[in-house]
Amino acid sequence: MTVIDVREAITQAHRDEWARVVAAMTRRFGDLDIAEEAAAEAFATAVGRWPADGVPHNPGAWLTTTANRKAIDRIRRENKRGGKQKEARMLYDDDPPDSLGAIDDERLRLIFTCCHPALAMETRVALTLRMVGGLTVPEIARAFLVRETAMGQRITRAKAKIKAARIPYQVPSAEDLPARVSGVLAVLFLVFNEGYLATGPDTDPVRHDLTAEAIRLTRLIRALMPEDGEVAGLLALMLLTEARRIARVSASGELVPLGEQDRGTWDAALVAEGHRLVRERLAAGMAPGRYQILAASTPCTPPPVTYATPTGRRSLPSTTSSSVSTPRRSSPSTGPSRSPSLTARRWHWPPSTVSRTRWPCITPTMRPAPTC
Amino acid sequence: MRYLVSVIDDGAGLATPTEEADIDVFNDRLRAEGHWVFAGGLGSPDPATVIDNRVGEAVFTDGPFLESKEYLAGFWIIEAPDLDVALKLAAEGSKRCNRKVEVRPFLS
Repeated sequence: MTVIDVREAITQAHRDEWARVVAAMTRRFGDLDIAEEAAAEAFATAVGRWPADGVPHNPGAWLTTTANRKAIDRIRRENKRGGKQKEARMLYDDDPPDSLGAIDDERLRLIFTCCHPALAMETRVALTLRMVGGLTVPEIARAFLVRETAMGQRITRAKAKIKAARIPYQVPSAEDLPARVSGVLAVLFLVFNEGYLATGPDTDPVRHDLTAEAIRLTRLIRALMPEDGEVAGLLALMLLTEARRIARVSASGELVPLGEQDRGTWDAALVAEGHRLVRERLAAGMAPGRYQILAASTPCTPPPVTYATPTGRRSLPSTTSSSVSTPRRSSPSTGPSRSPSLTARRWHWPPSTVSRTRWPCITPTMRPAPTC
Repeated sequence: MRYLVSVIDDGAGLATPTEEADIDVFNDRLRAEGHWVFAGGLGSPDPATVIDNRVGEAVFTDGPFLESKEYLAGFWIIEAPDLDVALKLAAEGSKRCNRKVEVRPFLS
């Protein structure tokens, strides 16, 4: 196995196993801080050992065992400074997992804990990206244009609150589940939106790292809660929006309005997957939530060829400020000649609303559906 | 685990008879379900006296140590297994006493 293969194996393991390792450690040691550090150390150990020893047959199990050992080492070190309770708990934690209500997966507990309503919205986003997404603190700080130390403090403070106030590490009861799922989806949608239309004054207009991470986490939730219509709706909305990523930015970095986009560059696989999800929800015959409605009205209509050659004379109403956008056809009256191309700068929030010390993206309200 | 549920008054004054009755119902529930530790109502902070006996002789000062429009108008101390349970109880407490409340964990 080449060095590149090993590096790819580690990257893949990080993507697939990070949340599982953090979740397993949190479950075992009841402490997010220990869990995060142990997981990080386990991956660091993998980086050191795998190139020489080879990639283990089951990377997840190897990482979990290593993280476990690292956590025990840390607790032993701390115990030398006093306090034996944790070691006692660690040695005798043979309890079967608590009954989980509706769904049973360690990672779900982790997600619900990170998105707990007693935490501020920006904290939930940061904690979810760190604990579930496995992004580093500098990466999250860069994504949201705050200093690393500030982001580090925010995450540390959140972990301290979870511990001190005893925010439970569990999936909410069936009764509370819908409201809590909606809170989790709001966090993921904020991450996606920040990537989709980055608010920072000096960032790229589209932040693929964030949209990709949001989609990955939403896919995870979808795998864990396949019956939830809003989860499917949000995933569909993200996929249909992400499908237009390349078409949305011109070679010179300007954002391209929907009507002027080259539909040939839309990602057909993502469009197909998004449409499949929308159809699945329509077939379910249940009252749709907001994400399902937004996904169903996302302007991704085939076929690309007819769109690229404007022949239609009918102009559909422009809905730039509406919450539901309609596909627009280029025509002599509404085509590119009349639509000034929007620069990336114009699409960003006005400088007065952008602060480096706050997260302008974090508002509980939804932005209008994208029109580019 | 114990939590302090502080009742925050922002000018509503003393509880009305209806609010008091609602609070009694809530207190009964806390007792029945094993969450009750202690509770008490406070009047306005005007009659407060601040004492500082850290150095030398005790100094008594008339008035609250913090002048603010919002003040602590009462509190519950509840026993709850985790924050989710405490928040649910506090949410009902807020409705019953018709005021904002704040939940803080005691040091464990």
